[in-house]
Amino acid sequence: MKKAMCLIAGMLSILTLHTGAQDLLDLLDEGPAKPEVVTATFKTTRLVNGQSIENPANGVLVFIISHRFGRLNQGAYELFGLDQSTIRFGLEYGVNDRLALGLGRSSYQKTFDGFLKYRILRQSSGKGSMPVSLSLFSSMAINSLKWQVPERKNFQTSRYSYVHQLLLARKFSNRLSLQLTPSLIHKNLVPTEDDKNNLFAAGLGGRFKLTNRTTFNAEYWYLLPDQTTLDVKNCLALGLDVETGGHVFQLMVTNAQPQFERAFITETQGNFFKGDLYFGFNITRVFTLKKPKEFSE
Amino acid sequence: MKHLIFYAALVLAFSYQAAAQKYITKNGKISFFSSTPIENIEAHNKQVNSALDATTGEFVFKVLMKSFAFEKALMQEHFNENYVESDKFPNATFNGKIVNLSEINFSKAGVYPVTIQGDLTIHGVTKKINEKGTVEVKDGKVNGKAKFYVKPADYNISIPKTVMKNIAESIEVTVDVMLEKLNK
Repeated sequence: MKKAMCLIAGMLSILTLHTGAQDLLDLLDEGPAKPEVVTATFKTTRLVNGQSIENPANGVLVFIISHRFGRLNQGAYELFGLDQSTIRFGLEYGVNDRLALGLGRSSYQKTFDGFLKYRILRQSSGKGSMPVSLSLFSSMAINSLKWQVPERKNFQTSRYSYVHQLLLARKFSNRLSLQLTPSLIHKNLVPTEDDKNNLFAAGLGGRFKLTNRTTFNAEYWYLLPDQTTLDVKNCLALGLDVETGGHVFQLMVTNAQPQFERAFITETQGNFFKGDLYFGFNITRVFTLKKPKEFSE
Repeated sequence: MKHLIFYAALVLAFSYQAAAQKYITKNGKISFFSSTPIENIEAHNKQVNSALDATTGEFVFKVLMKSFAFEKALMQEHFNENYVESDKFPNATFNGKIVNLSEINFSKAGVYPVTIQGDLTIHGVTKKINEKGTVEVKDGKVNGKAKFYVKPADYNISIPKTVMKNIAESIEVTVDVMLEKLNK
């Protein structure tokens, strides 16, 4: 009995003396992790041609130069397309954590475009998490070409077209992200009566991270059949994102020349597999206009 | 005799229990600062978990890397994605001891210089560190402060050549934790 008591007391003292660092670290454990918003699903606001789920961060202005050279299969005379170019300049601004506004000007049909992009759902990890991110993209484009037949009655509204998209994306792992983009394109003016004013399409794209700073991207746009009389192809693009400090360089080959939604979804002419390929790049540069509270003086 | 041992052990056990005063915080501050001629980079974390055992001198920290706030959103993204790889290594931890514990009187207000020794783990790499700081006892609280330098290269954090001039080789880390008595 006495031995047993000694043993118990001894064990008790050893136990209490043993409160070491591990116990102290256990004190800091906060149990299951709180839901945490998943970031960096893609490197920039563009997958390749199309919009990605990413917005410019709150208070950040993004300047994008998108450039497509001419067709690769034009031969040495055109230096494999390098003699020609189609360009779009764009500015995008993160108004808050969810809303972004953008403006752009493309050389293709001398088009101005404006858009808003709103994050409806944000993917999160941890307990009670959201499996996907969902954004709404809504844009308008205005071509400013001279009227083909100035003598007839022309309507300003016939220059307008609209694109509305839902961007549904998931970052499956650190390396793999995929995005599905159902789209509605409305054109105020179409070439013939057989052309639809409202066109439906869907985009599928993704990225695979090769290293921390480079990713391989692919994107395909499927335009539902029998909606247009134009001889158009579905848009396919393969790209490589290279990140260097404040810039991201997106290099790509694609069968679409223009860089804004209506045009590359419904007006792509090139046949990807016959070499009608455009080499191109997007360069993004970010400017922080609004600093977080603790940093603003 | 056996009675004596029993009671001595019992007294010992309970006295340790009573004296094992622990201090804890969940909103300590850690900042870091990288200074180069090209740019300064700083980040603040105000959700640092830390605990101190005043009896043994054990001092521990647990820092959620994603809680570091930067001036520029892109810096924060690069920090988490490319440098410390927060998805793989969510926390940095320190597990160490106040070496000169006997020089601190936790029941008397004052500022005590301390030497802290232990294991610092960042980016999954553990290094022994030995740094100086201060402990201020005031109103039953303990304010631990330290400033030291950490080299990213020591923790396998690779910095590409293109931005080498933008990021300092040694990064100044400032710790400021206000620990309160843990009520059991």
